[in-house]
Amino acid sequence: MQESNNILQEVTTTDYKYGFVTDIDTEVIPKGLSEDVVRIISAKKNEPEWMLDFRLKAYRYWLTLDPPAWAHLNIPPIDYQEIIFYAAPKQKVGPKSLDEVDPELLETFNKLGIPLEEQKHLSGMAVDAVMDSVSVKTTFKENLAEKGIIFSSFSEAVKDHPDLIKKYMGSVVSYRDNYFAALNSAVFSDGSFVYIPKGVRCPMELSTYFRINTANTGQFERTLIVADDDSYVSYLEGCTAPMRDENQLHAAIVEIVAMDRADVKYSTVQNWYPGDKNGVGGIYNFVTKRGICKGHASKISWTQVETGSAITWKYPSCILAGDDSIGEFYSVAVTNNYQEADTGTKMIHIGRNTRSTIVSKGISAGHSQNSYRGLVKVSAKAENARNHSQCDSLLLGDQCGAHTFPYADIQNETAVIEHEATTSKISEEQVFYCNQRGISTEEAVGLIVNGYAREVMNKLPMEFAVEAQKLLAISLEGSVG
Amino acid sequence: MREIEQQYISIYQEHLNLLTAPACNLLNEQRFAAFEQFKAQGFPVFGSEDYQHTDVASSFALDWGMNLNRFDFKVNPYEVFSCDVPNLSTSLYFMVNDKFYHAQEPAAKLPEGVFIGSLNNFAQAYPTVAEKYYNKAISTDKDGVAIFNTMMAQDGFVLYVPDGVVVERTIQLVNILRSNIDLLMNRRLLIIIGKGAEAKMLVCDHTMDAAIKFLSTQVVEIFAEEDACFDLYELEETSMQTTRFASVHVEQAASSNVLVNGITLTNGLSRNNYYFNLKGEHAEATLCGMSISDKQQKLDTYSHITHAVPHCTSRELFKFVLDDQAVGVFSGRILVKPGAQKTIAYQNNRNLCATREARMYSKPQLEIYADDVKCSHGMTTGQLDESALFYMRTRGISAEDARMLLMVAFTSDVIDFVRVDALKDRLHKLVEKRFSGELSKCEGCAICK
Repeated sequence: MQESNNILQEVTTTDYKYGFVTDIDTEVIPKGLSEDVVRIISAKKNEPEWMLDFRLKAYRYWLTLDPPAWAHLNIPPIDYQEIIFYAAPKQKVGPKSLDEVDPELLETFNKLGIPLEEQKHLSGMAVDAVMDSVSVKTTFKENLAEKGIIFSSFSEAVKDHPDLIKKYMGSVVSYRDNYFAALNSAVFSDGSFVYIPKGVRCPMELSTYFRINTANTGQFERTLIVADDDSYVSYLEGCTAPMRDENQLHAAIVEIVAMDRADVKYSTVQNWYPGDKNGVGGIYNFVTKRGICKGHASKISWTQVETGSAITWKYPSCILAGDDSIGEFYSVAVTNNYQEADTGTKMIHIGRNTRSTIVSKGISAGHSQNSYRGLVKVSAKAENARNHSQCDSLLLGDQCGAHTFPYADIQNETAVIEHEATTSKISEEQVFYCNQRGISTEEAVGLIVNGYAREVMNKLPMEFAVEAQKLLAISLEGSVG
Repeated sequence: MREIEQQYISIYQEHLNLLTAPACNLLNEQRFAAFEQFKAQGFPVFGSEDYQHTDVASSFALDWGMNLNRFDFKVNPYEVFSCDVPNLSTSLYFMVNDKFYHAQEPAAKLPEGVFIGSLNNFAQAYPTVAEKYYNKAISTDKDGVAIFNTMMAQDGFVLYVPDGVVVERTIQLVNILRSNIDLLMNRRLLIIIGKGAEAKMLVCDHTMDAAIKFLSTQVVEIFAEEDACFDLYELEETSMQTTRFASVHVEQAASSNVLVNGITLTNGLSRNNYYFNLKGEHAEATLCGMSISDKQQKLDTYSHITHAVPHCTSRELFKFVLDDQAVGVFSGRILVKPGAQKTIAYQNNRNLCATREARMYSKPQLEIYADDVKCSHGMTTGQLDESALFYMRTRGISAEDARMLLMVAFTSDVIDFVRVDALKDRLHKLVEKRFSGELSKCEGCAICK
């Protein structure tokens, strides 16, 4: 028992080991937000007139809004006039070789099993200059282009594929959707655009991570994925390695459009700076993510592992508009120290025979607050809608909180909706059983947490899953792994 | 300040003399404080987190009559009301609108020291007890209607069971809504169960005049002291014209056991708020309820159970059966405060929608700040099991009967929580009748419809 107390003590007091400041030479504009700033951003990016109009509409709408206050979060007021809304990286002055990189960081990379090449990139080295890296990137691009897949930065797509952008941008998350969506629509810096043509199965996992040219533009990122009929794509966002980002506020938008029988899998692993153990600093991660299953029998699947950020506030959602469409949401959210998370999903059933599954696993430790909030809505025309939600919370330590706020709005009598939630701590019997068999309490806690989250981890793409499992252990236990 | 609140503030200010005249000092003191609070916060705002589906203010906006002069309505409830529960003899009391009916009281003698009667009389007879408890359970500043009730209440009903006294016979209180004009009334119940005392109470709402519109606010305060045991069964059988905003506030001391069961069979619009505060270790709370709604009936249920200390248990079960254009709302919250270890809390909400137009909004919530707890909640909304229906039909049971059997079975576990056998049987029958569309009419009774 004493030992287990020590572990919990350690778990709840571990510092974020990976934060350090990178000195980057950037092209910045004066801080603050105004119509001029929106115009400057648009001009700097050489955007066409219609794009500027879109930004201005969003900005004017944003001015009429008040920040939302309904979440179970304690958010210090954000001064938007103190934020620099545009910072394009010019040239990085990073460490020249791995020898100069913080050894502890390298240690973490090794624990996570990240390949050497990636380690260099992640630790801030100019990877472009390193041999092989460029060719790796181009091989990907060639492969994709052969199949007609478009995978580019958002700004490139605005220039190269204006028709597609015009048609789909804002069609899922309108700039009028919410406060942060309006803000993002006005000032978004860059992001990714993916188009999978009819009948194409994307041969590899697409990842922002490999799109090196757009690194460090993540503050107001915008992602748009369009999957045409009978296509398939698996998209990865973020990575398991710690992200050292000095931007305080991240308000991103992700939109997914799935046409007939298209299948989109979107996986996120988020490990941004969560603030120190006294809750000072850290990232605010306020993201609007939504996909629409437009076509018949289409499918969108969200998987997320959230371990970082001081405040995480997001609800990856599915609008199930096409008949027989499927929405899935798998989430593991870990909060430690003074982190706060209010996350979950919305499943909006509109088409007939639509199905949705929600599996959410929350783990809270330290003084953190971890909430699940989700909506299942069945509209009047959604015959035979089926939903199953399961939300479990695990508490480590007696100072943290775990909360569940599910909403169900049912307007069709043929719907079958189930929601289950449990909250408990790690069972002493399980830990004792492991101890008996020579497994230290430290390892036992790691094992139990991973077993608890397995249902979600299994949904991650193979190469991610292993890393994510280790990440779980690291973010919780500090010493394990 | 909205126009609607302003309207009631003017009524209050203009008729303060009428309001205070019949009431005792205790009520008036609390009234003044409540008035200040009401001025500051008003009625709950439609669309706010806890009032997403019920517009309170619009219900108050009609041109309601208020019986501030405390005129008596001509009715002798003992003559018109002969609903009884077979095999169960109760001590029967009446309230006509918001007024305790004094003229006649049941013959059965109450145990020594037990007080049942009007709040004003109680405040005179037991001034210190009244002062200790009246309006003390209403801690939440969210419930604008409860504050309005405190501001307007002129009298009320009190059940006081002193320490160690056990009331064997179930106490039955029948609220009769009777008026010639559309009427707004503010009913107030104060229930104090002393240390080791026990009692059971059944409260029924009935309307006598189906064509008249009624708006009733009701505040029930229940104090269960150490080792006390108390059951409250509420049965609403009113009319489509009746609007009810009720709240039950329960404070539980150590090792007390309180059960609240609210059954809504016929109503117009009802909003029932339940607040439980488990303040002593090993307290046990059971909260359950059901609604059978059709036409445009609406029941909005809200519950908030606070576990403030370790080793408490709470169980919650609500079931809704919705037909036609009926609307059901369930919003429940379990709050486990820091340090309330070894808490056990279960919350369950099960709903059946029978038609396309029926709407169910469900929101079960857990808010937990302690780690060594067992808390869970479950929620389902669905329809009758096709294969069960088919099974029964293959055995020669008509579709209609099969549906009814399944619906009765669906709701029966809420009734199974009832801890008085005779009442349980009676409720099973009432529910069956309600499903079969028969009016639940007792012979020779003028109140039952």
